[in-house]
Amino acid sequence: MLQKVFYVCVRIAVLFLLGLNVRRRDLLPARGPAIIVANHNSHLDTMVLMALMPLSRLKDVKPVAAADYFFSSPWKAWLSDHVLGIIPVERGRKDKHSDPLQGCYDALDAGQVLILFPEGSRGEPETMTELKKGVSHLAERFPDAPVVPVFTHGLGKALPRGSFLLVPFFCDIFVGKPVTWTGDRSQFMNELKDRFQALASEKTFAPWE
Amino acid sequence: MTLATIHWVLIGIWALLAVASAIVFTISRLSGKDMSELVQRTISWWVMVAIFTVAFLVSNTISIIVFALISFLALKEYFSMIPTRRADRRVLFWAYLSIPVQYFWVYDSYYGMFAVFIPVYMFLFLPVASLLSQQTEGFLRAVGTLNWGLMLCVFSISHAAFLLILPATPDNATGGPGLLLFLIFLTQFNDVAQYTWGKLFGRHKILPGVSPNKTWEGFLGGVVTTFVLALLTAPLVTPFDLVHAAAAGLLIPVAGFVGDITVSALKRDLGVKDTGSLIPGHGGILDRIDSLTYTAPLFFHFTRYFYY
Repeated sequence: MLQKVFYVCVRIAVLFLLGLNVRRRDLLPARGPAIIVANHNSHLDTMVLMALMPLSRLKDVKPVAAADYFFSSPWKAWLSDHVLGIIPVERGRKDKHSDPLQGCYDALDAGQVLILFPEGSRGEPETMTELKKGVSHLAERFPDAPVVPVFTHGLGKALPRGSFLLVPFFCDIFVGKPVTWTGDRSQFMNELKDRFQALASEKTFAPWE
Repeated sequence: MTLATIHWVLIGIWALLAVASAIVFTISRLSGKDMSELVQRTISWWVMVAIFTVAFLVSNTISIIVFALISFLALKEYFSMIPTRRADRRVLFWAYLSIPVQYFWVYDSYYGMFAVFIPVYMFLFLPVASLLSQQTEGFLRAVGTLNWGLMLCVFSISHAAFLLILPATPDNATGGPGLLLFLIFLTQFNDVAQYTWGKLFGRHKILPGVSPNKTWEGFLGGVVTTFVLALLTAPLVTPFDLVHAAAAGLLIPVAGFVGDITVSALKRDLGVKDTGSLIPGHGGILDRIDSLTYTAPLFFHFTRYFYY
C-alpha cells in the first residue's frame, strides 16, 4: 500500500519533471521470474524503471542494491525494505560460506522480477563501466528467466551522483530483446555488453561534459 | 453576446477539425499507402484542441498556466537536445525557475516587468550564475545557447499568454481571449496550409539548405489561405479594421514560416529530425510551436501598438 502511494507520486514527478521517451516498452517483462539489467547513472534509475512497471505488479518487482549503502541505518533499511522493496546484496563480503546472491535466488524462485545494475555503482554520470559478473550466475541458475537489457540516457544529467538538485531533462529509455543463456558465463557477459552497446548507439545524444 | 461570439468561433474550429479528420480518414482508407503518421497527427490535433478549449473556457488563469507548461516542456526539450555543460546544472535550474516568474508577470498584468524580465534581468543574471563554476571553457557557447533557448521557449511564448489579459474594447467585445484565438488558430492553420499546399503542388525549393521540404508553392499557398481566413475572422474576434486585418493576415503566415525554418536550422545543426516525441505524429512540442515563437511576439506588439 505504502509502496503504491509512493510510486504513484514518483510516476507523476517522473512524467512532469523528466518526461520519458521509451522505446519498445512491450519488451519489459511483466511477469517473473525475469531479470531487468540496466546501466546505472543516478538514484533516479530505480525510480524510473519501477515507474514503468504496472502498479499491480510492483510488489513483485525487486531492485537489487548494495546492503552497505541502502541498509546502513535503521531508517534507510526500513525505507529500502518496505517502500522500495530492495533486495540487499553484500559487497566485498567477509563471510565466504553464504552466497551473497541468495536473496536474488529466492526472489526468482518466487517468480519475481529483479532489477539489477551490473555496473555496481553509479560512477561518472552518462558513462558505462565494466559489468560485474553476478548477473551471469543468476542466468546460469535460472536459464529460463529472460534477462532484459535496458539502456537509459539523461537520468545522470538530471540527478548525478553527489547532487541533490534535480534539473529537468527528457530521458531516453531503450529496452532490448532478452539475452538467452547459452551455457557459458563469459559468453553471456559479452553478449550482454554487446547488447548494451547496440542500445546506446540507437541515438546520438547531445554532448554533456 | 461576448460569450456567444467566442463560443461560436470555438465551435467553428471543432467543426473544421471534424471535416479535416473525415477527409484524412477517408483518404487513408481509400489510398493503399501507409498514412498512419497523418492519422496519428490528426488524432493529436483533437487532443491539443481539446486541451486548449478546456483551458480557454475555464479561466484565463488556467490558460496562463497551460502556456507556462508549454514553455516548460519546450525549454526542457531544448535543454535535452543541445550540448550542455555539467558545470551549468545550476544555471539550467535558474533558467527553469524564470518560467513561473515570467508568467506571474502575465497573471499580474505587469507589462513593464513582463517586457524586460528575460531580455534584461535573466540576460544579465545567467552569465554570472554560469561563471560562478569558474569553468570558462565553453562559457560563451553555454551562455549564448541558454539565453537563446530562454528567449525562444519562454519569452516569445509568454506573449501569447499576455494577449489573454488585454481588455475588451468597444470594437472588440471578445477582448484578449478573442485575439489569442485569432493568433493561435491562424498560426496553426497556416502551418497545416503551407504543408498541404507544399505536398500538393510543391515544385520549387525555397531554402533547401535549411529545410529541404519547404517550397515556394507551399509558402505562398499558405500565405494566401491564411490571409483570406484572417480577413474573414478578424471582424468576429479582433478590433482590426480592414487594413489592419490584412496586415495581420500577412504578418502571421510570414512570421510563422520564419519561426518554422529557424527551428529547422537548429535541428539541422544538431542533426536531429524532431525536437522530441511528445506529440504523436508531430514530433516534439518545439516542432509544434516553432512558428508561434515568431508569430506570438510580433502579433502581440502589432496589436498593442495599433489598438492598446
